[in-house]
Amino acid sequence: MAEFTLHINGSEKEVSVPAETPLLWVLRDTLELTGTKFGCGAGFCGACTVHVEGVAIRSCSTPVSQVAGKSITTIEGLGANGWHVLQQAWIAEEAPQCGYCQTGQIMTAAALLTKTPNPSDEQITQAMNGNLCRCGTYERIRKAIHRAAGAGVTGGAR
Amino acid sequence: MSPLSRREFVAVGVAAGAGLVVGFYLPHQGGANKRVFSPNAYLRITPDNKITIVVARSEMGQGVRTALPMILAEELEADWKQIEIEQAGASTLYGDQTTGGSASVKTTWDPMRKAGAAAREMLISAAALTWGVPRSTCAAVEGNILHGASKRRLSYGELAAKAATLPVPTDVPLKQSKDYKIVGQRLARVDTPGKVKGEAVFGIDFRMPGMKFALLSRCPTIGGKLVKFDDVESKKISGVSYVGRIGDAAVAVVADSVWGAMEGRRLLNVSWDDGPNKDLNTAAVMESLKQAAAKKSVSLYTVGDVAKAAGRRVAAEYRLPFMAHAPMEPGNCTADYRGTTCELWAPTQVPQDCRDAVAQAVGLDPDQVKVNVTLMGGGFGRRLEHDYAVEAALVSKAIFSSKSSAPVKVIWTREDDMRFSTYRPASLHQLSAVLDGAGWPVAFTHRIIAPSISGQKGQPVPGGVDPDLPDEAAFGYALENVSIESVIAETAVPLGWMRSVYALQAGFASESFIDELAAAAGKDPLEYRLHMLAQDKDRDIQYFTTTWHTARMRAVLQLAADKAGWGKPLPAGRYRGIACFGCFSSYMAEVAEVSMENAVPRVHRVVAAVDCGQVVNPSIMEQQIQGGIVYALSNALRAKITIEKGRVVQGNFDDYAPLRMEETPVVEVYAVPSAEAPTGIGEPSVPPLAPAVCNAIYAATKKRIRELPILS
Repeated sequence: MAEFTLHINGSEKEVSVPAETPLLWVLRDTLELTGTKFGCGAGFCGACTVHVEGVAIRSCSTPVSQVAGKSITTIEGLGANGWHVLQQAWIAEEAPQCGYCQTGQIMTAAALLTKTPNPSDEQITQAMNGNLCRCGTYERIRKAIHRAAGAGVTGGAR
Repeated sequence: MSPLSRREFVAVGVAAGAGLVVGFYLPHQGGANKRVFSPNAYLRITPDNKITIVVARSEMGQGVRTALPMILAEELEADWKQIEIEQAGASTLYGDQTTGGSASVKTTWDPMRKAGAAAREMLISAAALTWGVPRSTCAAVEGNILHGASKRRLSYGELAAKAATLPVPTDVPLKQSKDYKIVGQRLARVDTPGKVKGEAVFGIDFRMPGMKFALLSRCPTIGGKLVKFDDVESKKISGVSYVGRIGDAAVAVVADSVWGAMEGRRLLNVSWDDGPNKDLNTAAVMESLKQAAAKKSVSLYTVGDVAKAAGRRVAAEYRLPFMAHAPMEPGNCTADYRGTTCELWAPTQVPQDCRDAVAQAVGLDPDQVKVNVTLMGGGFGRRLEHDYAVEAALVSKAIFSSKSSAPVKVIWTREDDMRFSTYRPASLHQLSAVLDGAGWPVAFTHRIIAPSISGQKGQPVPGGVDPDLPDEAAFGYALENVSIESVIAETAVPLGWMRSVYALQAGFASESFIDELAAAAGKDPLEYRLHMLAQDKDRDIQYFTTTWHTARMRAVLQLAADKAGWGKPLPAGRYRGIACFGCFSSYMAEVAEVSMENAVPRVHRVVAAVDCGQVVNPSIMEQQIQGGIVYALSNALRAKITIEKGRVVQGNFDDYAPLRMEETPVVEVYAVPSAEAPTGIGEPSVPPLAPAVCNAIYAATKKRIRELPILS
């Protein structure tokens, strides 16, 4: 067991877990932030995507020891002042079906828009290609990202 | 295990729907509070004007939590914004609650409409009595009863207590489709906001105080058994509280956290007896299908006599592999066994089957088992199995003691999901046809050699035919001589119902072969199919209640072709393929636009046309068809489960790789306007996709693909 201070969604959390524990399980089991999902445990599907220092990472393959002290944003903290423009766009395009992968999709898209506020189709494909969806919602996700980009993203993820 | 097959589940559901005329109109228990208006188990209206509609099917992404309440709300003349949704757990009030067979809207269409209409009529009566005016002068409008002459109005909430005192009518008028205000609208899904906020609770997210987490180490060889295990290293992991045998082929590791259970399982030292299948491999399975093909077949559907047809003979064999559902949310279930009760929180398509199977496994009566249905991160048929629920209940029972209850969540990893799934059956298809002098088919034979899913599970296989197969191998063309036949092969590989079930195999083989016939005749594939559908014919398929109409198939085929610009020039290097197929009582046609890049097909566009009767929510219908096509393209391109030394080879999304955004085509969806009763929409888009793509590949390369996956 080791003690870590995590900066998550703007607040500090002390956790006591084995140092090699993937961030995913600290979020889900220790902090009960279950919006971040377990899909493959190996970085293939992107369901576990969160931001560390604004960059989209796979929390299933990131030991908690590597992110202590860094700024972490999960889906629960994405729209800290209400709804993130991507979440609104996701609703407007009615992207989700089962919805399980969608929080990871939104986190990846948010990191994309922060870097590339008005992405082309190609840039969207490149950014989103690591996020699997078995319901096949990719085209509505693409539309939702375009919609959000059109609405203007100010700041994106923190 | 329930003795009913999946198809029979659906059939019983229909019968129970009709039977609800008795049970359904008995006052629901909610009626214990006299101020709550609950004329049936689907609806509650309280004096604070809250309208709650109960959904007795499982939400796995297909939109039932929105579509089913829309049907009731339409007849109720409710204000949709007032409606709150409640998920039913396993119950005796709703008939069969199995969510599968693309049947939720189809089988609840009548019960939900009648439930809403009965309530509406009672609310009208309550208002008329309150005001002392004739019923005929009152009207239900958006959650209120209005009295036009006096301009008075009472909300449903205000009328609830009065309505609750009235008798429930047994024969109520239903609305005509032209008067629909809710059904047919693109209403927003009720489950979307929670899903984009990360607040939606899937099975894996459900938490309760004191809950432990468990992973199971299962014998990797099909049919093998546990010999012994050593848990010394596992128990050194912080938080691991229990390690023990579950059944005869698994060991559970229980911990305070998922990660603890994962680490504990990794360090477990287990010896397995590989059992009778230690030398089983995929080649042997395919060889066994070939041997089974020599057996006499059973007829699914016969017209005329194919043996008597004379002309030019064309024949081909098609093959398909085992496939895995691989829903995004891995298997899981939470159980809280307490000696005389067991409560489950299950992401399941079969809450009643979970209840019964768990009761049997832990030695309780079914009414001592409570099943709560959670959201599901995809189902695709995988959650028609009760294995997760039984495991969770057994682990909870194993760690239960009189001193402490022991709620536990069993979680499967992705590798567990891939290697301990129930797979779409591998199959072999022998097709032959006789063409007349002009090249038109005068006889068509399709022999389907595949193991029976229901048969392997010990469920009835009436007449030696898998109960799912006849509907899923329906042949909609009007030919003089047709013989669709089945041979059941045996396999040790565990089988399950995967999205569109046998229709994927039957549709791929049949619609690819039709394309071969068109090519052999030198005719256009669309023209060839339309010719076989030219006569208006109704076909009753043996064993099943559906009547297939050539006119409806013709219409979807023509619609897809028109929207795709069939026959019109394409950019250089692009080719089209077409296929049509009917299953789950719906008609579907698809045109795929494909180019070849270094001998690898790229699907750019798919145009889909459907006739599924009345569309309840066009946005959800389009989602289902778009999603079904993406799922089907995954299957067609790469999905293949192989067996070596009795073990499943594939483990994760690297070696069983679903479609990603870069490979996803643009999908256009068109529905034939219809006021017919709604039919299936979750699965029918799957079967035509692979043949449409392979037929386009043939157009591009003149190479016929007779085995899936395409990229094998």
